[in-house]
Amino acid sequence: MTTVSPAGRVRGALTRVRPVTRRRIVALTVTAVLVAALLTWLGWDNSGPYRTSDARVGVGHGVTLDTTLYVPQSATPAHPAPAVLLAHGFGGSKDSVAADARRLAGQGYVVQTWSARGFGRSGGQIELNDPDHEVADARRLLDRLATMPEVRADAPGDPRVGVVGGSYGGGLALLLAAYDHRVDAIVPSITWNDLGRAFFPDAAGGPATQGVFKRAWAGLFFGSGSGVDAALPGGSSSSGGAASSGGAASSGGSSSSGGAGSSGGAGGAGASGTAAAGAGVPAVAAVPAAGDPQCGRFAADICRLYLQIATTGRATPDAVRTLERRSPAGVLDQIHAPTLLIQGQSDSLFPLDQADANARGIAANGTPVAVSWYSGGHDAQGSKNDQTRIDNETLQWLDHYVKRDGSPQPGGVFTFSNAGGLNVNTGRVTSRGFRAPEYPGLGGTGTRRIAVAGPPQRVAAPPGGAPAAISTVPGLGGLGALAGGFGLDIPGQAAEFSSAPLDRPVDIVGAPTVRIRAASPTGEAVLFAKLYSVAPDGTATLPDGLVSPVRLTGLPSTLDRARPVEVRLPAIAYRVEAGQSLRLALSTTDQAYALPTRPTTYQLAVDGAVALPIVHATPLQATGTLWTWVLVGLVVILLAALFLGGLVARLRRRRSESTVDLDNADRPLVIRGLSKEYADGFVAVRDLSFAVERGQVLGLLGPNGAGKTTTLRMLMGLLRPTGGDILVFGHRIRPGAPVLSRLGSFVEGTGFLPHLSGLDNLRLYWRATGRPTADARLDEALEIAGLGDAVHRKVKTYSQGMRQRLAIAQAMLGLPDLLVLDEPTNGLDPPQIAEMRQVLRRYATGGRTVLVSSHLLAEVEQTCTHVVVMHQGTLVAAGTVAEVTGESASVLVGVDDAEAALRVLGGARGVLRVDAADGGIVVDLDPALDGTGRTEVVRRLVEGGVGVDRVSPRRRLEDVFLALVGGDRR
Amino acid sequence: MSTVADGGGPGAVRADTGAAVGEPPAGLAHANTGAAAGYRPERTLSFATEWRRQFTRQRTRYGLGFLAVLPLLLLAAFQFGSPNSDQQGQGGASLVDVATSGGPNFAAFTLFASATFLIVVVVALFCGDTVAGEASWGSLRYLLALPVPRSRLLRQKLLVGAATSVLGVVILMTVALVGGSLVYGWHPLATPVGTEVAPWSAVGLLALATGYLLVHLMLVGSLAFLLSVRTDQPLLAVGGAVLLYIVSNILDLVPALENVRFVLPTAYNLAWTGVFSSPVQYEDMAKGAIAALLYTTVFLLLAWRAFARKDVVS
Repeated sequence: MTTVSPAGRVRGALTRVRPVTRRRIVALTVTAVLVAALLTWLGWDNSGPYRTSDARVGVGHGVTLDTTLYVPQSATPAHPAPAVLLAHGFGGSKDSVAADARRLAGQGYVVQTWSARGFGRSGGQIELNDPDHEVADARRLLDRLATMPEVRADAPGDPRVGVVGGSYGGGLALLLAAYDHRVDAIVPSITWNDLGRAFFPDAAGGPATQGVFKRAWAGLFFGSGSGVDAALPGGSSSSGGAASSGGAASSGGSSSSGGAGSSGGAGGAGASGTAAAGAGVPAVAAVPAAGDPQCGRFAADICRLYLQIATTGRATPDAVRTLERRSPAGVLDQIHAPTLLIQGQSDSLFPLDQADANARGIAANGTPVAVSWYSGGHDAQGSKNDQTRIDNETLQWLDHYVKRDGSPQPGGVFTFSNAGGLNVNTGRVTSRGFRAPEYPGLGGTGTRRIAVAGPPQRVAAPPGGAPAAISTVPGLGGLGALAGGFGLDIPGQAAEFSSAPLDRPVDIVGAPTVRIRAASPTGEAVLFAKLYSVAPDGTATLPDGLVSPVRLTGLPSTLDRARPVEVRLPAIAYRVEAGQSLRLALSTTDQAYALPTRPTTYQLAVDGAVALPIVHATPLQATGTLWTWVLVGLVVILLAALFLGGLVARLRRRRSESTVDLDNADRPLVIRGLSKEYADGFVAVRDLSFAVERGQVLGLLGPNGAGKTTTLRMLMGLLRPTGGDILVFGHRIRPGAPVLSRLGSFVEGTGFLPHLSGLDNLRLYWRATGRPTADARLDEALEIAGLGDAVHRKVKTYSQGMRQRLAIAQAMLGLPDLLVLDEPTNGLDPPQIAEMRQVLRRYATGGRTVLVSSHLLAEVEQTCTHVVVMHQGTLVAAGTVAEVTGESASVLVGVDDAEAALRVLGGARGVLRVDAADGGIVVDLDPALDGTGRTEVVRRLVEGGVGVDRVSPRRRLEDVFLALVGGDRR
Repeated sequence: MSTVADGGGPGAVRADTGAAVGEPPAGLAHANTGAAAGYRPERTLSFATEWRRQFTRQRTRYGLGFLAVLPLLLLAAFQFGSPNSDQQGQGGASLVDVATSGGPNFAAFTLFASATFLIVVVVALFCGDTVAGEASWGSLRYLLALPVPRSRLLRQKLLVGAATSVLGVVILMTVALVGGSLVYGWHPLATPVGTEVAPWSAVGLLALATGYLLVHLMLVGSLAFLLSVRTDQPLLAVGGAVLLYIVSNILDLVPALENVRFVLPTAYNLAWTGVFSSPVQYEDMAKGAIAALLYTTVFLLLAWRAFARKDVVS
């Protein structure tokens, strides 16, 4: 046990004030730092410092390109950096890839962006990635990069450069890599292998001249380059749409025409999420000042080609040749730059088979190829997880093959997303990433055959191809994403063949195949094959809204003579759950394609099963998993902090509680220099000191506002003193000090649970102490309360007096060594008051101590043994009641003639002072006379002819107290 | 036993020893801390005691009772209301469409119907009223003078408030699941995205969703608790917490705040609907739980700090 040293107390008093401000400063600083960190984090776009410079670059024949170069600060002639050519999508401009450019520049790449000829503020006409035009332009940009000292060179004139681009830009990346071997790596996304086959697909494997014209997409494609300001969605970003194809940048008319002003119309396509929707709504076309309004900024030969195709719906060999020249398909064997092919699963323009053909062609040269599918594409934005994934894959590819910074070879050669789900909350598709060690092609690494059955069916091809089934609405792919792919077949126009519900789920990764037989009176048939996933309730889902068009020729007129034809269904990555079934639909119409106009009736049948490709793949770490681990970590940290905090608090409490002042260990209460100043500067108690001994009934007397209650609250540990201290049995009082358990209190009103009975209140109160029930002395307390049967009634039915008595009983529970009562007789009737006095006096006899506050002198006089008088927070008088209020040498004499009395007594022996008072005079006698002076005074007055009707002792305390109360009233 | 009155002199009136006064409590005071015999700080205000204090209150019973009655009201509404509902859209609206397809679906709908307001209010009530209520009755000072250490008082009150909240939500979901199954049958859960989940697995999903919601609502409870510690008026604490939650919800809707909305307390208030996605979406729930834990930690630290320094004047 240690003793509280005075020095320690002084130190305590000093430090009590200062740390408040210091703590506040610390708290403010911490808050400011946190806020600053948060804002920095929010404003962080993941990029280091870089500078940009715009330039118009001439590429011959008077054509100049509008370019922007992003140079990171870290790139200097001494430390040259690798470069990236970042190409935009169709209908976009260099501005639509600005966000991606900034991101790459932040990663230390010199980034070259430009508006392709015919787009933005660049000159020239759209040649659709012609080797002599767009590709040649890009080669000029490579030449230009080679001259820059900030760009790392592999050899003189050969810059270290990767090419990144989506859609139109992706096509350029492939073609540039084929025509210029200075390119070190490419990341083409959502782009084509063969424009002819992309626009004239035939799932039976026929050539483009046999294909079914993808009319809606072609119109949109052409429209977005011919003055209709509708950017192709998802087209321009390296991340497949993260910041893509801003339609706001002028694609509507050349800069010289001034027609760019109209481009704002559908320009809401700035964010890729809305790009898809914006693309479907053509704005008023800006007519270029010069040239054919049909063609816009398209080159004349391209324009003519389109007009011819769109009119007939068939590709002529000439047209196919023109498209081939602009397709990587023919030059894949020339590509030696490592290639990361990113293709969208939700893409009816350039489906997965386009990337598949590219991958096979490039890999045949021994060039490293990786394929990555994601849940977006030209039809949809893709899941957030996927955006992050392909952004990371792009960067890894560049870091490994272009920067060559020793970063590991990109892991998964084939990654894809199983996008069967839909997030109810956001309405976006959900996906889970998978990885396989090698790219298996669209056939998968294995096959699961699911039988689909149904009788041969007759279906009608309507005249004019209308009404037509809806699978995908180009550019409104968002719809498809929302509904998880929707399909609408027209009754009578589709043959349907269903499977039994699956007994176990299947993950389809690739293009399923099926053999069909068809008969047509014309010998020819155009069909659209779709594979639905059907829920038990009959809801059918068309994965990604994709269909496979087929043109069959040489058909017999009856089914029995028809030979089976293998049809490749759309390539997908899709999970069919157990309990769901598959449905193969062969429709005669699809509104996105050019359809035969003559009415016909076909007969259709299916041979055997649908072969579903399966890929053995391992799931990628989803970001959700990451967050789950963060959560687990956080919980562990918080629990540990909680545990440690509790431990420290307990140790600190133990140490402070075991401090005892041995000199005062037997005194129930010692108050030393106690002060309480409230925050508003009001001083309720000032330097109060007194002590209470065992067995005393101490009255704390003072008018209202004297600081009595404040003192008692500090005694209970409810208020913190601003100076001095309170010791109870030598233990310093602080909030929750264990020694308070020896103190029973009733201060400023009762505090009961109104909905419980008086008895229950007392019981619960005692239970809250955690002390043994027997120690409560409940019966004795109840006897004091004297409530009789009322203890079983709810407290809210009690009168004020009943509550008061119950509260005093509560304070006496456990017979505490020190009983503190604040105005205990308030609200009691006179017999109860008298009884209460008895109770309190008796209570103190067992060595216990009672502290009673009151503003009534008589109350204190009759109850207490000792008294402390307070006024305005300070101690005025203290001592035994006898000392303070006992008979003194001062008497009040009732006289009939006060003036005469004053005269008679003036200067009399033993009289120190005489004053007139209400109804008589007050005489101060010499205390040395020991009471005999009174006799003398009366004798003199009577002798002096003054009538005396009474003589009573006049207490000094009363004088003092009345003066105080009076002073308050004044 | 002789009195120890010394120095008091004439004060120690040795009156007759009446019934009211027995011997001083048996056993000596704790030598080290000066505490009364049998007093241990860690035994004060036990969970059972505080539970009894709170559970006997009308507001607790009405609150819990209403949570039990609400699913029945909804059932009645579905029974007698007009059958056509053309509410379309995402999230909960589609939970309405499938609400009557079975017990698990009905429970899911009940959760959706009450998650954004009713349960918020109830949690705010149970956690916000607990300290301020005592202050308004005047009983807080007597608990503190027992003494229940301040930190312990907060802990016990918070635990009981949290337990009551959990009980309320569990009652709501149990009644909804049982009642819904009795009326609509024990059918698989039809999710808004068109998949079906076997009934018992669906109960697991519902438990997960409810669990997440409770974790999320920790921030409402702790905010109400913080306000409860800072004010003597229960209404202010409960209403304040609900109000701030609603304000956050409104800010959540402002498109201009899209980039900062994730710091709003309510940013992930519907993340539990991710269990009805296919596959189950854990990411937002994990983020929401992290946010809720961080907010709760801050609110509770502030509450503890405020209460430890507080001058209790009520």
